[in-house]
Amino acid sequence: MFDPAAASPFLLSGGHPGWLGLAYRDHGPDWVELALPWREELMGDDVRRVIASGPIFSMLDMAGGMAIWTRAQRFVPVATLDMRVDYQRPAGERADVIGRCECYRTTRSAAFVRGIAHDGDPDDPVATMAAVYMTIGGAPKND
Amino acid sequence: MTEEARPDLLSHYARSLGIEVSGFEDNVPVLCVSGIDAIEGRPGHFHGGATSGLMETAAYAALRMALSERGEEAQLKPINITVQFLAAAKKAPLFAKARITKLGRRSANVTVEAWQEDRERPRASAVMNVMIQRDARA
Repeated sequence: MFDPAAASPFLLSGGHPGWLGLAYRDHGPDWVELALPWREELMGDDVRRVIASGPIFSMLDMAGGMAIWTRAQRFVPVATLDMRVDYQRPAGERADVIGRCECYRTTRSAAFVRGIAHDGDPDDPVATMAAVYMTIGGAPKND
Repeated sequence: MTEEARPDLLSHYARSLGIEVSGFEDNVPVLCVSGIDAIEGRPGHFHGGATSGLMETAAYAALRMALSERGEEAQLKPINITVQFLAAAKKAPLFAKARITKLGRRSANVTVEAWQEDRERPRASAVMNVMIQRDARA
């Protein structure tokens, strides 16, 4: 059984997620929500004090992987195969960014994910994402 | 082009992630990030987000160089990025270089490849559309 809330201290404390400061927020049967706290080192340029696009991509990639494990109800090694992010607008100045990804379909070897990033209002997203992940080794549970 | 004449190629984010300009090929910057903990995903490997961040930074850097050569100043904003992860990148230096496929008035289209020891076998590739907001005086 994979519990994203319980696994987050382990998954998000080190490496790239730890450097970004990613934090668990919420989850449902097939979705996971993470937060990316604003800090100066994550700024994209000197003019606007907003989080760069790179960290948002990273957060959505991570939330997508966790959504796959949440839906499969177990940890399975996955690798992102293809991921697209459309940046609809810059995040607010000094705003934390929230990323919510849903795994809407799994097959024997692939998992399909979509998600959004926002800075407070999910109906006014900062970015949307679509991605395909491949499972490595064991297949996720299919329904 | 002298070092002084080069535009600033790295954002706060890029610098704090440890991205460096490792060199230039025909005035196109080649960027590099070493295998530090800040890039690690699965143990011993790059996180896809770090790979993607390096490629995005390479795209912006190539555009800043190209605009600077034309004597133009502009703000760059991402429209979208699509990344193909071709092979796991090991926790070792990862390089990225962009190719500007279109540099228009309002937007640019850029492709990027990231590689490690063998340039012929890229670890990831990306295509990116970037909004170009030129200064009013331009």
